[in-house]
Amino acid sequence: MEYFWAFVVGGAICVIGQLLMDVFKLTPAHVTTSFVVAGAVLDAFGIYDKLIEFAGAGASVPITSFGHSLLHGAMQSADEHGFIGIAMGIFELTSAGISSAILFGFLTAIIFKPKG
Amino acid sequence: MASSKDEQQQFAQKIKPLQPKPPLVKNCVKAFLTGGLICIIGQALMEFYMTFFNFTDKTAGNPTVATLILIASLLTGLGVYDKIGQFAGAGSVVPVTGFANAVTSAALEHRSEGLVLGVATNLFKLAGAVIVFGAVAAYILGMLRYAFATFM
Repeated sequence: MEYFWAFVVGGAICVIGQLLMDVFKLTPAHVTTSFVVAGAVLDAFGIYDKLIEFAGAGASVPITSFGHSLLHGAMQSADEHGFIGIAMGIFELTSAGISSAILFGFLTAIIFKPKG
Repeated sequence: MASSKDEQQQFAQKIKPLQPKPPLVKNCVKAFLTGGLICIIGQALMEFYMTFFNFTDKTAGNPTVATLILIASLLTGLGVYDKIGQFAGAGSVVPVTGFANAVTSAALEHRSEGLVLGVATNLFKLAGAVIVFGAVAAYILGMLRYAFATFM
């Protein structure tokens, strides 16, 4: 059942992205940036946590979860250190994603030759 | 200036019926299937990390995202991800794998300019926008929420 909801919710988020691209003629870059901001806004109202509880990877794999984790890290750290904590914690939870993207992107560019 | 803008708009109106309409339903079904499939792979990875590496359902997202990024980087290097992207549209852009694809493809494209000025400088050429907007939004929203929690 978890797999089913992951599939449906993850797919539905992608359909929203496809509609933004086809109907409103947004570029992929505009779609992803809007989704990150949307994820942060949804997290500000505590909605995105419920979506992750419900759909598991269906909510944590789309890029919206990146915005959610940015705000989440910031708020966790703000609880401890006051408003300075917002700056300290903003990349705390997304560190795995960003550092692995840098590492694997760099290594892939060294190992492989550009195609096409 | 104003007249040339009018002309541009007129031209855009004129060619509108001549432009091919994207097959909306077909594209959405493709995006749904591919995006859903990537999330199922993510769910399987999450279960894997929860069973074998003692992650909880709150923390398993991190290694899952990292693994998906590794897979997407390799597929981009092999030239497979672009083919998936042609089929899937937003289904391959919206998941975090699309972020990895943007990073890796920008790095690959500029490889001939050298490691420092080519690969490293252009690594976030496409994906940087996501980080910038994400961080700015999170910072502002974080400040607002902190202010609400403190003064209300």
